Amino acid sequence: MVPVNYYIILSAILFILGVVGVLIRRNSLIIFMSIELMLNAANLAFVAFGSVIRSFSGQIFVFFIIAVAAAEVAVGLALIVEIFKSKRSIDVDQMSSLKG
Amino acid sequence: MHLAQEVTTGFYSLAPWLVFAPLIGFLINMVLGGWFMKQPWGENAVGTVASLASGAAFVVSVLLTLSLSADHGEVMRWRLAEWIHIGELELDWTFRIDSLSTTMMLVVSGVGTLIHIYAIGYMHEDVRFKNDVGRFPRFFLYLNLFIAMMMILVSGDSYLMLFVGWEGVGLCSFLLIGFWYELDTLGRPSWANSNAAKKAFIVNRIGDVGFLIAGFIMFWALGSLQFDEVFEAAEGAAPGVILAITLLMLVGVAGKSAQIPLYVWLPDAMAGPTPVSALIHAATMVTAGVYLITRSAELYTLVPQAQSIVALTGAITALFAATIAMGQYDIKKVLAYSTISQLGFMVAAVGMGAFVAGMFHLVTHAFFKALLFLSAGSVILGVERGHHHTEHAHGHHGGKLKKGKKKEGKKEQRHEPVHEEEGEVFDANDMRNMGGMRRTMPTTYWVYMIGTLALAGIIPFAGFWSKDEILLDASLHYPVIYWILSVAAFLTAFYMGRQIWMVFFGEPRHEAAAHAQESPRVMTVPLMVLAVLSVLGGALNLPFEGFHNLGHWLEHTLHEVETLTFNLPIAGIATILAVAAIYLSWLIYGRNPLRAGEIDPLKKRLGAAFTALENKWYMDELYHAIIVTPYVKISQFLADVIDWRFWHDWFHENVIAGTYNWLSGIALNRYADQRGIDAFANGLATFTQWSSVILRKVQNGFVRSYALSVLLGVVLIVGYLILR
Repeated sequence: MVPVNYYIILSAILFILGVVGVLIRRNSLIIFMSIELMLNAANLAFVAFGSVIRSFSGQIFVFFIIAVAAAEVAVGLALIVEIFKSKRSIDVDQMSSLKG
Repeated sequence: MHLAQEVTTGFYSLAPWLVFAPLIGFLINMVLGGWFMKQPWGENAVGTVASLASGAAFVVSVLLTLSLSADHGEVMRWRLAEWIHIGELELDWTFRIDSLSTTMMLVVSGVGTLIHIYAIGYMHEDVRFKNDVGRFPRFFLYLNLFIAMMMILVSGDSYLMLFVGWEGVGLCSFLLIGFWYELDTLGRPSWANSNAAKKAFIVNRIGDVGFLIAGFIMFWALGSLQFDEVFEAAEGAAPGVILAITLLMLVGVAGKSAQIPLYVWLPDAMAGPTPVSALIHAATMVTAGVYLITRSAELYTLVPQAQSIVALTGAITALFAATIAMGQYDIKKVLAYSTISQLGFMVAAVGMGAFVAGMFHLVTHAFFKALLFLSAGSVILGVERGHHHTEHAHGHHGGKLKKGKKKEGKKEQRHEPVHEEEGEVFDANDMRNMGGMRRTMPTTYWVYMIGTLALAGIIPFAGFWSKDEILLDASLHYPVIYWILSVAAFLTAFYMGRQIWMVFFGEPRHEAAAHAQESPRVMTVPLMVLAVLSVLGGALNLPFEGFHNLGHWLEHTLHEVETLTFNLPIAGIATILAVAAIYLSWLIYGRNPLRAGEIDPLKKRLGAAFTALENKWYMDELYHAIIVTPYVKISQFLADVIDWRFWHDWFHENVIAGTYNWLSGIALNRYADQRGIDAFANGLATFTQWSSVILRKVQNGFVRSYALSVLLGVVLIVGYLILR
């Protein structure tokens, strides 16, 4: 049986990839994908810990997260479409009109 | 007598109607007077209502007197209502019916009613002469109010109730003296009449202060204001207290009854219409002081010093006023000073302890002085009619008699507008404009003669008996006062003789007097009634055994009554003096009647002394110099320097406002407000501004930098949680 450490390390790597993606990319779609990556890193960690403590709660959490992520993508993509319509761009750095 | 019970039977229950009856007349005329005056019979209706109201009070007085005499003069009280109950003090609104108060009631309401009737005729012409017919009901309102107040005064059972009436009649006096408040006595626009009213009111206030303080001392030292309780307590009290009370009361009496030094208001009070002079300033109100002393007889008899002072005040007033009366030309002024003089007789009498003689003279004086004043009013109106007649006969221009009195036809219903012409105004009161009026006004002449003889003290007229009783008492107890009063009586006969010769004898000195017309019946009938009373009034108290009616009647109230018997030398001397004085006046004024424009023959003989008499011994000027002018100066000083410059300019402006300004401007504004509160608020704002300038840079609008912040925050929190 694969030790739980490996899953956690993989989850951390995925999460860091997601964070770096969000921080360094300017394309909204890429940022979205990076967010999904972070969510799935979290899912992996939930499932791994759930199997270690022999509980279904981790898996139930994962179902919730997948459902919320799907909703989030639906809303987020709609926003991106609208932004694109008005700005003709999906570059997040262009969307700075709330600058203080 | 102290045990008088509160009665519930007989006519005593009518007692409140003494006050209510005139008040009802007052209310009827107040509410309906204006409407009455729009009717053709309005004046008669107003006058009749007022006269009936006063007459009802007279009827009540008669019934009370009858009941009282049936009860042998026992003091009766009729309690109308509770009034003041504070601790020990219990004062009720109680009417006191005893022989003294009923005597006063009969005089007030009896003479008052006759004067009401007379006034219907008099005011009819007066309001037309002065072009103000609408003022007719007001006069009767005041008269009725006066009767009501006078009834409260004489029927009150305590000094406080007496004081209510005392002030009430003072108010009515003020209102009636100032009845023609916008005119002077000659009918010209002026404040003279209202000034006379104010003078009367203010001088009376000075007297009232004395009376009030007497009342305070009474309450403080004797514990009550109810007559019997006061008298009972006074017997055990310190003589000094009683002396203070009686002397302070004398100040009040001097104000109300026009004694030296407060008599000065009464001559000026002649500014009121003549019925007022007769009712208030001769017959009734001014005798209130005499009534007060008589009512307080039990206090005065305790302190002989006070009695002497009262007697001396009265006697000196009697003489002093009689001298002034000799030098007056105004027919009413002569009578006014005569009234002061006669009041002096009464005050002297009650001061000497001769309360019956004082009251007797009060009653007879009410008859003959009311008669004289009303006749004088008749003479004045007669002259006014004559004046009007001559003016119409000559037309309005040319002739030196066209001297701008306002014209109003007696027969005309509508009056002409005020018509002032330049030059001297005709004075219908001036005896120098009269003369020979016995032919033009015969009825007035005869009643005036009767009044004069009564006043001069010619046997058997009423004045003789009452004055004789005073003189008799004085000769027995106070010889000094007897001599003073005898001289005063001599002068009385002299100035009345002078008046008679000047007014009714000789030739008319003015066309107005030549064309004078007799007054209507409504005026002459009350005069005749009063004339009869002036003749027969002496029968009230003849100085013979079995005829001391008034003395025995008053004995029920006054414990010690001295019954004097006729003393031929005293009566003889008095009569000789009076006859001699009239003869002397005939020598001066009657034998060679005064002609128009001629100066007074007495002036030729007395010279400067007569000028002094003419100017009332310069008493008004003296009072002005020693009281009014300093008073005005003090008032000005107080108003100008103390109030304005010191209080307003310095204290308010500098001290209060300055301190406030300094405090608020410097201490509070600069330090506390500006450097404290303001600085804090401004600092807060500045800090917020400064910190926002810095912090706004954080909000750069880049989503990724926000995300980095979130990441850093999470790392910090998680790091903290792990490394904790």
